[in-house]
Amino acid sequence: MAIPYIPHTREDRREMLKEIGVKSVEELLEPIPQKVRLTRYLDIPAQISEIELAHLMRKLSQENAGTDEYTCFLGGGAYDHFVPGVVDHLASRSEFYTPYTPYQPEASQGILQVFYEYQSLICNLFQMEVSNASLYDGATALAEAIVMAHGITQRKKVLVARTVHPEFREVMLTYTKAIGMHLIEIGYKDGITDLQELEDNIDDGTCCVVIQSPNFLGYMEDVRELEKITHRFGSLYVVYVDPVSLGLLTPPGEFNADIAVAEGQALGNPIYFGGECLGIFTTKREFLRKMPGRLIGETSDKQGRRGFVLILQTREQHIRRERATSNICTNQALNALRAAIYLSCLSEEGLREVAGLCLENSHYLMERVKKIPGFSLPFSSSFFKEFVVKCPRPPKEINKILLENEIIGGLDLGRFYPELNNSLLFCTTERRTKKEIDELIVILEDVKWARP
Amino acid sequence: MIYPKELKYTKTHEWIRREGEEITVGITDYAQDQINDVVFVELPQVGAPLEPGKEFAVIESVKAAFDIYAPVSGKIMEINEELSNNPGLVNSDPYGAGWLVKIKLTKPEELDKLLSADEYEHFLEKEK
Repeated sequence: MAIPYIPHTREDRREMLKEIGVKSVEELLEPIPQKVRLTRYLDIPAQISEIELAHLMRKLSQENAGTDEYTCFLGGGAYDHFVPGVVDHLASRSEFYTPYTPYQPEASQGILQVFYEYQSLICNLFQMEVSNASLYDGATALAEAIVMAHGITQRKKVLVARTVHPEFREVMLTYTKAIGMHLIEIGYKDGITDLQELEDNIDDGTCCVVIQSPNFLGYMEDVRELEKITHRFGSLYVVYVDPVSLGLLTPPGEFNADIAVAEGQALGNPIYFGGECLGIFTTKREFLRKMPGRLIGETSDKQGRRGFVLILQTREQHIRRERATSNICTNQALNALRAAIYLSCLSEEGLREVAGLCLENSHYLMERVKKIPGFSLPFSSSFFKEFVVKCPRPPKEINKILLENEIIGGLDLGRFYPELNNSLLFCTTERRTKKEIDELIVILEDVKWARP
Repeated sequence: MIYPKELKYTKTHEWIRREGEEITVGITDYAQDQINDVVFVELPQVGAPLEPGKEFAVIESVKAAFDIYAPVSGKIMEINEELSNNPGLVNSDPYGAGWLVKIKLTKPEELDKLLSADEYEHFLEKEK
């Protein structure tokens, strides 16, 4: 018997039709001309049972190899960090687990408190004065940052380092084309932004300077020198960081970032096929009213009890349409919740350990790979968990061999940087073990001799 | 509701006090009462030019934002810095400490188009 997923019975339908004075559903469709009507049934196969369906879906999913089945050395923005079981357990509680993002204080004190805690944890981690309740992802967070910088400075020229994630640079272009801003790219030297090139291009028409550290290629930018140059011209310093790296590296608040954003996927969220993401967005208190996104504040009710509400809503489009700081009217509730649980669970010591393991692993891999004849390191700057390796054979071929050995290899950089077309970007998170790295090395050592 | 006789008014609820070639502008008692608790006042930069009828400041309450319109042409000479610490002055003392800006007049004859206290009160009666 078919399980009726549509709750209306025949009797329900008859009653509804009677109420509106119509004999049949077909009567309601009469205004639609015959010539545009489909005159056959939809070409859908016959129904299958739940047992058959479960079997079919299981077979399909087994065609995938994820980061639990294969060893992942791929980075480039989304990372195979470990998600502790407690995150899944708490986030899937029915009080939290919903696609709906509830903001009414009278109904949602629990989740509003979570967002407030998330904001506080992020401020702590980034050492920035204000965090919002999150935006969609790191890419749009960066785009919103430059729109905000434009709102503050009223200037239209943006200098973006070429070492910023290439897809983020595309998103920034999309966001700013229509408002007449123009983006100028600053090149790199030895894997990090060329300071001289920045000096040559910055002036008092520059709205902001945008850098990423560790950058897309894995290397740590000279964040303090870049800040000095940027602020000399009254431009805003917009930085994109890796939140896990903040377990060890200097947080953006300490090197005077005006706006600091990040992709928060690495905090308690799996890779999710590349999205569901988490846009972390922080700024200085002086820019609070120009910030986009939802913001939760702590207050007290008539009886003096503590409560949480949406605040500074006059930034948002439901209050002021043309003068809103952004058109976003949501946050990544579930992903922010997971990040908050992750950070609470790990706390400072835990995150420092995670970051330390990333650093150790990447440097162990680097030491071993540079000894393989044919492989070399084109850049000598300091790096965190990713770095560039020049290969003796096309990266595509190397990755094919790795895949056959159940290893997901590094990112083929030629796709984004034509001058690096023989290079791979390798990544090691805390999930990688010495054994896995050694196995990768063994295969790479053979690669030179294997027949294509 | 009070409407000091020596001031001039606009239909958009601003008051004007003339001091030679300069005027001080704020919002009326009626306006602050409608807006309710003022939490933030966004004022222009000193030196900014003004066009009559164009919005030059924004007064925010918790749930809404209200545009404030320039009554005449001119240039901003001074802004009330006190409002950044104490926006509530707009409610508690709209004609005194809650002043918004001081403007240098470029077309003094525009003042003739403004309403007197009686005319403004009359206008409010009709609005109701």
